[in-house]
Amino acid sequence: MIHAHDSVIVRALSRLLIPLVQLYAFYILFFGQYSPGGGFVAGVMLGASLIFSVLVFGLEGSASALAKKALHGDGLGLILFAGVGGLCLIGGGEFLNYTNLAVPWLEHSARRSLGIVLTQIGVALDVAVTAVSIVFSLAFIDHEEDSHV
Amino acid sequence: MTYSFEVPLLALLMITAAGAILVKDLISAAFILGSYSFFLALVWAWLGAVDLAFVEAVVGAGLATVFFLLTLFQTDPKDHSIRRTTPPLVALLGLPTLGLLLLYAADDLPEFGDPASPASVHVSPVYLENSLQDTRTPNVVTAIIMDYRGFDTLIETAVVFTAGIACAALLRKTRT
Repeated sequence: MIHAHDSVIVRALSRLLIPLVQLYAFYILFFGQYSPGGGFVAGVMLGASLIFSVLVFGLEGSASALAKKALHGDGLGLILFAGVGGLCLIGGGEFLNYTNLAVPWLEHSARRSLGIVLTQIGVALDVAVTAVSIVFSLAFIDHEEDSHV
Repeated sequence: MTYSFEVPLLALLMITAAGAILVKDLISAAFILGSYSFFLALVWAWLGAVDLAFVEAVVGAGLATVFFLLTLFQTDPKDHSIRRTTPPLVALLGLPTLGLLLLYAADDLPEFGDPASPASVHVSPVYLENSLQDTRTPNVVTAIIMDYRGFDTLIETAVVFTAGIACAALLRKTRT
């Protein structure tokens, strides 16, 4: 069981740091096409910020509410990734061939760019939720009453 | 080619790797492994693989250390410390021989950054020349892993998802 951290310094600093980490994770996610980074790293950073809030403020802290809610999103990222591939099938092409995404006002290269953005969001969601889920599984083994999140 | 930067970096890599193996306490070993991942990330960045350095720094030095520590906190203190026995003679003789054989074989590898090596004449030029107008994505690594090799990434995402599901199924108590 993880309780809230005692030190005021840690709590104050993490209150400042967690939003910054999340902001940077979104920057990494949406600028993965232009700079180093991408969905996987962004997902890990997002998950790490949620884990950080759980470790510092404890499971009952109000800052950990988002981490608890994140557990309900297990598999959403995978569905998003595979769903983009399915949309390509519906558009009349091969699985995950983004030129067949049926967005009529975009040309082929822009459709592929859109497909890359959507699948990166899927990867980031999947990785973030999985990281939080593994930490919850590891940290709350013995406590039955903590598992209803 | 000067070796002013790479020799200390590789020496630090070897020192941290040996430290993670030789240290008596598993929690210390987890921390040393985290620092090993950080130095490895520096090596990737120095080789120009910045995307990989990012992943190594965030996953290896950050998340994996947290996972190790959370796992060790669930165990008893007597499980943390390791009592080591001397390795058998076969391992002491065989593994250095294997290392020497690998060093001997490393002579035949193409030189780093060689434009005529098989890896850089097969499909790499196609990606490098076409990815910008094909996908409007300046970062060619993202274009490759998300578009050209999208199916691989889909299966990798499925692997990550399966890991989370397996942890939950094995470790969490069932609610009755």
